[in-house]
Amino acid sequence: MSTPIEEAARRIAAQGESRPRLARDPVNQAMINNWVEAMGDANPRYAPGEDTVAPPAMIQAWTMPGLHGQRAGDDPLGAMMSILDDAGYTSVVATNSEQNYHRYLRPGEHVSATNRLESVAGPKRTALGEGWFVTTRTTWYVGDEVVADMLFRVLKFRPGGGTTAAAEPAAVLRPVISKDTEFFWEGTRLGELRIQRWGDTLRHPPGPMPPDGDLDAKPGWVVARGTGTVYSYLVHHHPQVPGKRTPFVVALVELDEGVRVLGELLDASPDEVHIGLPVEAAFVRVDDELTLPAWKVRA
Amino acid sequence: MTLSGKAAIAGIGATEFSKDSGRSELRLAAECVSAAVRDAGLTPSDVDGLVTFTMDGNAEIAVARELGIPELSFFSRIHYGGGAAAATVQQAAMAVATGMADVVVAYRAFNERSGMRFGQVSSAAAHQVNTSGVDNSFHYPMGLATPAATVALVAQRYLHTYGATSEDFGRVAVVDRKHAATNPDAWFHGKPITLAEHQASRWVAEPLHLLDCCQESDGGVALVVTSAERARDLPNPPALITAAAQGSGPGQYIMTSYYRDDLAALPEMGVVGGQLWRQSGLARSDIDVAVLYDHFTPYVLMQLEELGFCGRGEAKDFVRDGALELDGALPLNPHGGQLGEAYIHGMNGIAEAVRQLRGTAVNQVGGAANVLVTAGTGVPTSGLILTAA
Repeated sequence: MSTPIEEAARRIAAQGESRPRLARDPVNQAMINNWVEAMGDANPRYAPGEDTVAPPAMIQAWTMPGLHGQRAGDDPLGAMMSILDDAGYTSVVATNSEQNYHRYLRPGEHVSATNRLESVAGPKRTALGEGWFVTTRTTWYVGDEVVADMLFRVLKFRPGGGTTAAAEPAAVLRPVISKDTEFFWEGTRLGELRIQRWGDTLRHPPGPMPPDGDLDAKPGWVVARGTGTVYSYLVHHHPQVPGKRTPFVVALVELDEGVRVLGELLDASPDEVHIGLPVEAAFVRVDDELTLPAWKVRA
Repeated sequence: MTLSGKAAIAGIGATEFSKDSGRSELRLAAECVSAAVRDAGLTPSDVDGLVTFTMDGNAEIAVARELGIPELSFFSRIHYGGGAAAATVQQAAMAVATGMADVVVAYRAFNERSGMRFGQVSSAAAHQVNTSGVDNSFHYPMGLATPAATVALVAQRYLHTYGATSEDFGRVAVVDRKHAATNPDAWFHGKPITLAEHQASRWVAEPLHLLDCCQESDGGVALVVTSAERARDLPNPPALITAAAQGSGPGQYIMTSYYRDDLAALPEMGVVGGQLWRQSGLARSDIDVAVLYDHFTPYVLMQLEELGFCGRGEAKDFVRDGALELDGALPLNPHGGQLGEAYIHGMNGIAEAVRQLRGTAVNQVGGAANVLVTAGTGVPTSGLILTAA
């Protein structure tokens, strides 16, 4: 059985190459001059003259869409990114780029580029978090002639250490948020476990008043390191809970900063959980509005 | 000034306890209130006060209409789920003692099994737009969303702190079911359990087995409170309200007081206990029967500690040698408790206390003169000491 992400990847890959996207300008000496200056490349082949050619490594520069450019509607990388965004894999990092230059380009030649999706592999556990490797192939043409191609691979990942599966957005019990607690949920959306701070005192769960009752005091917050130990826990078996798969572990964690915070312990088998188990914060993205704080076992 | 001895429970009434009553909650309320008023030798027109839980679905005025209670001069609701049980009697007693009303009926009636089951996940509790909804935002979305789960987290810490075991929890269930087995009104009449059966029952929220969790029930219970003086002229022996207290502790939440220093404790019950002993002037050894709220077994052990029947962490030893049996040092829940008789949010336990003092209980503890009753635990709670007149 394949996942919705794999099905989407198959569908997009089956569409093959996108329509050719024509470069904004033909290959030109002014752009070459700027590029070699920025790169510190003094090769005389690129200097103005009769037989001048463009540096091959400039190939991407010719078909860049510009500062305010937008992806074409049939761009397979854009479509795949959007599907992974919706599944909670919101962050991206480029991992590989391999270019092949078939021949030199000369000023006046007008290139176009096509893109196709080669593969989507995952979900993979990585140091950045769980994610999918998305590989696309860009091909540059002059007319019908292939002049260069590129394999481009990115890791599209869930920030904050990742989880094994996104919570089910429709089903999860959503938090009631007040003026006193909204900073906490803003933090989880950013992958931060924020703890309310009144002067030197941390407080969780947060509230509108400081421990000393000073009505002039204003609260702040710190971003917790996210490390702590299990203070107590339970293994939930019955009944079913919206957005969860039974059995699951819920842990009350004492953070190194000294306050307790409750969350699901995501990647532990019930047998290995015990009071004192070292854990660290994880974040379960439900949708654009809601990310839940959670825990995973600290290696 | 004291409330002690000023008021009494003069009548008790109940419906049958079932899994599907087949009638409306209002009908159940009307039946149990009617039965309690009749038991007190009174008529609906004598009633001028009604008290119930905020969770009860039957408004005082609806009950008054159905029974033909013409006028109410006192009506009140207590919050915090089962923690309200004993407090309904406290409020009734205060109303009577201060002359706000003459006859106040406390009632609780619901289709908790065939209707809205408390053991399931309540999205209404998670989504209520008030401070309790905000409190729940740090628990429900994370998957801690049932009463059993909230208790399991505390129970795990209790086991860890004091070296107790699941079998220690199980001993509470076994004694409750033993008492229920000889109570014809109990759902589990004729169905005792062994400790091995407790251990073999499936996990609900580890470390809680199914048999650590009370049943779900349909039914209603009502209690008639009037002045001690008037109660003496009524047909049944009065159960004097010797002490009545509510309690909330530091860092208090509803079922999730996880952020105060000691997780393996129920300080709100300590607040109740301190008042009960002070108001009554009684010692632990004066208590003949304990009706302790038993929605989940771990909290029975912790109540024994909070009320001072044993030291902190010593409940596991206290319950090991038959102390909770009918002939033990502290007979527990002779009706079978909520684990055995029915889950009527603690109100059936108060009715049992009255029967023990009247000498009419099916599992009668000989010469019972003082009975201690507690309400729901893990929440702001309440308690009573009732005394034979």
